[in-house]
Amino acid sequence: MSRPPARQLERLASLALPGAAHGGVFAAAVGAPLRPAALEVFQINLGKLCNMTCRHCHVDAGPDKTVENMDERTVDACLAALDKTQARVVDLTGGAPELNPGFRRLVDACVARGKRVIDRCNLTVLLLEREKDLAGFLAERGVEVTASLPHARRRSTDAQRGDGTFDKSLRALRLLNERGYGRGDPGRVLTLVSNPVGAFLPGDQKAMEKEWRAALAEEGVSFDRLLCIANMPISRYLDWLEASGNLEAYLKTLIDAYNPGTVAGLMCRNTLSVGWDGKLYDCDFNQMLELPLAVPGMTVFDFDPEKWAARGVVTARHCYGCTAGSGSSCGGQLA
Amino acid sequence: MSDHYYDKKHLHGFGDIAKGAPTLAAKFFDYYGEVFKAGALSAREKSLIALAVAHAVQCPYCIDAYSGDALKQGADLEQMTEAVHVACAIRGGASLVHGRQMQEHAEKASM
Repeated sequence: MSRPPARQLERLASLALPGAAHGGVFAAAVGAPLRPAALEVFQINLGKLCNMTCRHCHVDAGPDKTVENMDERTVDACLAALDKTQARVVDLTGGAPELNPGFRRLVDACVARGKRVIDRCNLTVLLLEREKDLAGFLAERGVEVTASLPHARRRSTDAQRGDGTFDKSLRALRLLNERGYGRGDPGRVLTLVSNPVGAFLPGDQKAMEKEWRAALAEEGVSFDRLLCIANMPISRYLDWLEASGNLEAYLKTLIDAYNPGTVAGLMCRNTLSVGWDGKLYDCDFNQMLELPLAVPGMTVFDFDPEKWAARGVVTARHCYGCTAGSGSSCGGQLA
Repeated sequence: MSDHYYDKKHLHGFGDIAKGAPTLAAKFFDYYGEVFKAGALSAREKSLIALAVAHAVQCPYCIDAYSGDALKQGADLEQMTEAVHVACAIRGGASLVHGRQMQEHAEKASM
């Protein structure tokens, strides 16, 4: 289990980082206060339950996380809050969101509302006996599957996500391909998400996508697009950075690579992040750090879009993870 | 000034080489940047070639730089290790093929 969120923030803030631009203070790097844009993405974290225990997980998710999961009442509150917004996209994440008993009801309700629904899927969940109809369920509803696969080769994927994960992921991807995903159909979009297996920034998304397409074609797998996202220095990844002696250098890398061109597209500006217990945040990373939305007391149960639009975004040092190099978000690179 | 021949900070200060000849440095770094852009070869392939050459010329700065760059460009440890073996094979082969010169010399001079 990772250290408590407050300790993670303290640790990041305590790093001296001599010579870092703007003193390594994110707010100083951005300059003006970070203001919201139009609310486009309604992101719901259904909880920390997962069938996997990945070494980099910023959620600290796993099979033992049976308590911190969204209940039916909160699912209803999410739908009521969604109806108050113009958000076009509902982004479902976890943990493995599919393992939440409310997942399928939530998907159906969002699809019925005409929303573009994204399932952030770990792939291996599709192979569980209890979820054997999941790929078909998603396909029938046109849910976009955004699937984690850190690397197009076995060694790196297994190093991050556990032995055997690469082969299981290929089986799951073939299952999705058989259901029509990853073949250019806008109603069956299969997006892969890669994140570096170590203490370095992702490469160029377009170049990587080309490489991945060729590598996975050899395995009989196709996909629609690849997103390259940076690892956020929090939770298990923070623990690994520290244990491997990479923490200071990685933070320095993020800070030195600060790119002001990424700020306009930051997901915290157009996303509402809802926690398993109905608490609200600027993004999934702030959620895991328990940095609440700057509207004291407001939860999904009494969500007010006007208060959301009037707030400032809450930032800290980890935010450099989204502004380094080409930038990073749940939608991939930004610049 | 360093009191030893190789200093890690020289890698990050590589750009300071412009102090003596800024025009030449600018031309070199422009060229260098162009070389490593994806073209007929991908950025990952070019990075692996650079990593192999770094080992062949035994440049610690280049090994440092391209170990990191190859990972960033999507290479993994297996690909990077194979790249180093390519450098090793060419260096070894380059020595060994000269053995034919030795053999011809020896054969001519011997009974």
